[in-house]
Formats: sequence, C-alpha cells, structure tokens
Amino acid sequence: MTWVWVAVLLGVLAVFGLYLSMTAGRLDRLHRRVDTSAAALDVQLLRRSALALDLAGTGVFDPATAVVVGDSAHRARAASDDDQVSRGLAESDLSRVLGLALPDEEEVGELREDPDARGMLDEMAGACLRVQLARRFHNDAVRACRQVRRQRAVRWFRLAGHTPLPQTLEMDDTPPPGLPPR
Amino acid sequence: MKVGLVCPYAWDVPGGVQAHVRDLAETLIDLGHEVSVMTPVDDPATLPAYAVDGGRPRAVPYNGSVARLTFGVAATARVRRWIRRGRFDVLHVHEPVAPSLGILAVWAARGPIVGTVHSSIFRSRALVTAYYVAQTALEKVTALIAVSEHARRTIVDHLGGDAVLIPNGVRVRAFRDAHPMSGLPDGPKLAFLGRVQEPRKGLAVLLRAMPDILARHPNAHLLVIGPGDLDEVLTGHPEAVRQSVVPLGRLDEVDKASALAAADVYVAPNTGGESFGIVLLEAMAAGTPVVASDLEAFERVLDDGRAGLTFAVGDSRALAVQVCRLLDSEQLRSELSVLGGARADEYDWNAVARDVVAVYESVMAGSQGVTEDLRGQLVGRLARPRPSREST
Repeated sequence: MTWVWVAVLLGVLAVFGLYLSMTAGRLDRLHRRVDTSAAALDVQLLRRSALALDLAGTGVFDPATAVVVGDSAHRARAASDDDQVSRGLAESDLSRVLGLALPDEEEVGELREDPDARGMLDEMAGACLRVQLARRFHNDAVRACRQVRRQRAVRWFRLAGHTPLPQTLEMDDTPPPGLPPR
Repeated sequence: MKVGLVCPYAWDVPGGVQAHVRDLAETLIDLGHEVSVMTPVDDPATLPAYAVDGGRPRAVPYNGSVARLTFGVAATARVRRWIRRGRFDVLHVHEPVAPSLGILAVWAARGPIVGTVHSSIFRSRALVTAYYVAQTALEKVTALIAVSEHARRTIVDHLGGDAVLIPNGVRVRAFRDAHPMSGLPDGPKLAFLGRVQEPRKGLAVLLRAMPDILARHPNAHLLVIGPGDLDEVLTGHPEAVRQSVVPLGRLDEVDKASALAAADVYVAPNTGGESFGIVLLEAMAAGTPVVASDLEAFERVLDDGRAGLTFAVGDSRALAVQVCRLLDSEQLRSELSVLGGARADEYDWNAVARDVVAVYESVMAGSQGVTEDLRGQLVGRLARPRPSREST
C-alpha cells in the first residue's frame, strides 16, 4: 500500500510546486511593473526639476525667486540617486518653492506675457500633472507588489530572490496654485 | 506617439465603449499621434483605416446582459501578432478585465499598459469566480483610468488599487453642427436611444408614460433610435401609443446627431447599469433638452439637475410630468438648451484626449515600448530565459 501514499505525496508536491511557480511568475510581473513605474516617475521628476532650472536661469523670475527656485531644483536633482525618503523630501521642497514662486494665476499671468516664459510655464503645468500621475501609478504598483511579498509562501520560499522590497515615494506633489492643470 | 487601443466589444454595434474608443482614436489622430485599434467586428468591411480586425464576436451572457465578446485561440494569436507588429509606445486597453480582447491583450503584452474601466463590472458573484484572473490582469496594467466616479469606486472597493478619473468625451462640434433630420412627422418630438429590448435602457418606462403625454399633446411622436425588435416591445400598448412611435432603427453617427437635433426633448428612462450617460451629453451638445431618470451618473452629467430635468427611476408618471413641463414651455426648453450646450463643452473630446495623453506620457517615460509577453505561453517559458531585472 505504500506506493499509493508515495503517489499521493508526489501529487501534492506537484500541485504545490505549480502554485509556487505561478506565484513566482506573478511576483515577477509585479516587480516589472514597479520597475516601469519607477523609471517613469524618475523621468517626470527630472523633467520637472530641469524645467525649474530653465525658469530660474532665463530671467523669467525676479533674481531672489530665481535663486530660491534654482537652489531647490538643484537639490532635487542631486537627491535623485538617494533613498526614497530623502528624495521625497527634496522633491517636496521643490513643490513648495514652485508653489511660492507661482502663487496665483494673476501673478503667473504677468509672467506669461513673455512668450518664452509662456511656453515654459505651460510645460511646467504639464510636468507637475505628470509627476502627480506617475507617482500615483508608482505607489499603486508598489502597494500591489508588497501585498504579494507579504504572503507566507513568498517569504518562506524566498520567491522574491534578492530583489529589494520596493518603496513608495512619499512627497508633496501639489502643483503650484498659479498653474492649475488646465 | 504610437498608441495601440483595444476595444472589447463589436465595432459595428453601437455602444458606449465602442464610441469612446472610436472618438479617442480619432481625436488622437487629429492631435498627430499614430493609432491602431484592435476590435471585434461582425463585418470587417465597416472598419475604418486605423482599425484592425480582431475576429467575430460571440454572444455571451455577461454582466447582467448579453455581451458580444471575442476570445479563444485564434483571437489570442491575432492579438499577439498585432502587438508584435505594432511596436506601440503604449497599449491602452478598454475594459481590461472583460473576458474579451482586452484581457487577452493584457496577457500578451508587457511594457506600459493603460487600462480604462467603463462600467461597474465587478458586481455579484462574477467577481468571486473571476477574481484571480481579474487581479492578475490588473497587476500588469501600469495605469488605470476610470470614466466615472462609480467605476473608480468599484476598482477601489473590489480590486484594491486606484484609478485616475477622466470622464468620457463628446464630439461637441459634430452634434452642435448637425442638421435636424427632415421627413419626420410634425408636432412635438421625443427621442429615445438604445437597444429597444434591453430592459435597463428603460424603453418600457417611457412607453408607459406615453398615454399621459399624448393626452396633453396628441400630435406628439416618439423617435426610437437603436437596434432591436420594436414590434415585440410595442405589443400590449394602446393603439395611440403604437401610432406615435417613429422607428428609426440603428443610425450612423451623422444620422444620430441629426435625429437628436430634430427632437424637442431627449428622454433617458434608463433603470440602471449606466456608469456615465454619454448620450445625454450628445443630446445636450445638439441643443436638445434632456429628461432623464435620477441615476447617480445622470445626475452628475446634468450638473445635479441644473442642465436637465430628472425623475425617479422607473416612475412613468413623473417622466410624463417632466416631459410635459418642457413641451409646454418654449422658454424652459431654450434655457435648458443653452445650459446643456455649455455643460457639454466641458466634456469635449479635445480636453479629454489631452488628459489621456498626460497619462500615456507619465507611464511611457523611461520604457522601451510595448513588446510581446511570452511568459504566458509554455513555449515562452521554456524557450526564453528571463532577462535580468537589475538592468533597469
């Protein structure tokens, strides 16, 4: 009778193996999605800080504003390789400074009279919206991925391999009040 | 930008999702993007140049009504080929969890995938059985868009995750410039649009209200736009009601616009299942005042009843009262016509398409575009070693 038990045991092992393989595949998809969304968020953040540097460097702002905006944009760019927490802080600072530099539509309206500035400000409005969207998508991907990584089977059988646990990016991404996203 | 759009339902059957995909595709093309649409279709000859035949749909009971969906081995192969050859920058799948081309495309692709959820598809037991499949499909979608607050809430409540709210668009100009249809009977005209036999479209509610309306406006007529066996629906209704119905059948976009423009009142007696109510906006764009049931989605489109009149869902008597209020007052009609037109402008496609492009751009950045995902196939699993993830 022992061969029956051996067969049952093998069957159970096979089903369990299949389950592990499927979960590993699912986890792989989720990691890939996190990679894509992280790359997209990175591009949008860099684009926003590049535009901030442009605005600071081309005489759109008064000198004092230009220095403050330029400084926080530099810091945000320098923090792009840091951990998520300090990057989030630097990017939040840039959001806050942009908010102070472009406080309301009236003031922005004056800046917009210069045709060069108008193009840059429009781009900045678009960039701020895209940062918001990309961050939302990224954090959503991270949340889905972490949820699967919490499962016991994933932890016990180390299905995630050496991939580090993905982190959300927490930051203030409120667009400047003077630049409503359309 | 190269965009691949996937429509889950048959292209040559009128429907909200199909119209959405078509208008989005055409607006994106106008904005200078390269667009390819893959869709099920009954007669491939009706497809526009930008659309690709995704196969014949089959009628399947789904989500409380009969849906015509395309699936199976042949459909999967077609979707894979389309993705392989398309080399899209972004893949935009409509109804990514409907068991049709959408879910096949999500399975077959990797890279930036945007999904748009149109309806509240996750109700009832369907969710429980399909949960694993739906969840896995959604896990591959990089960004979710919901066309209504209702649809967004279903995603949040049932699947976990979040979605960006981008409402439906209306081709306002096409409806505003429409010439009123000629050759229609004289007298006040009501219009109804939708599949006539579909109970949730509510034609029966409207027909039960007709005797009251005819009592006050004996020469009123009801224009019925949409496919289906009207005779079957009309049996049992009084002769006067049957005489007042003008069947227009299924109309193309141009004729639909001119029929709406010819009507004095557009009636939307829907009893449920609507997540947005695009036809209301089309009627408003055509300058026709709207009387609609007080579904949440309709209330929102009508600006909480400021841009049109509402009545309690299924209440034929209240429907008749509201219709007569409009037919009695030229002034109310012209007021609502102006307010409705302004409301429709807010939902114009150009504004909507710009928001959608912002979503595309926020997921595309840093990716190498959409490629075929071979992992779903056994061959793919065996033949292709997994590329290292650290490369990004």
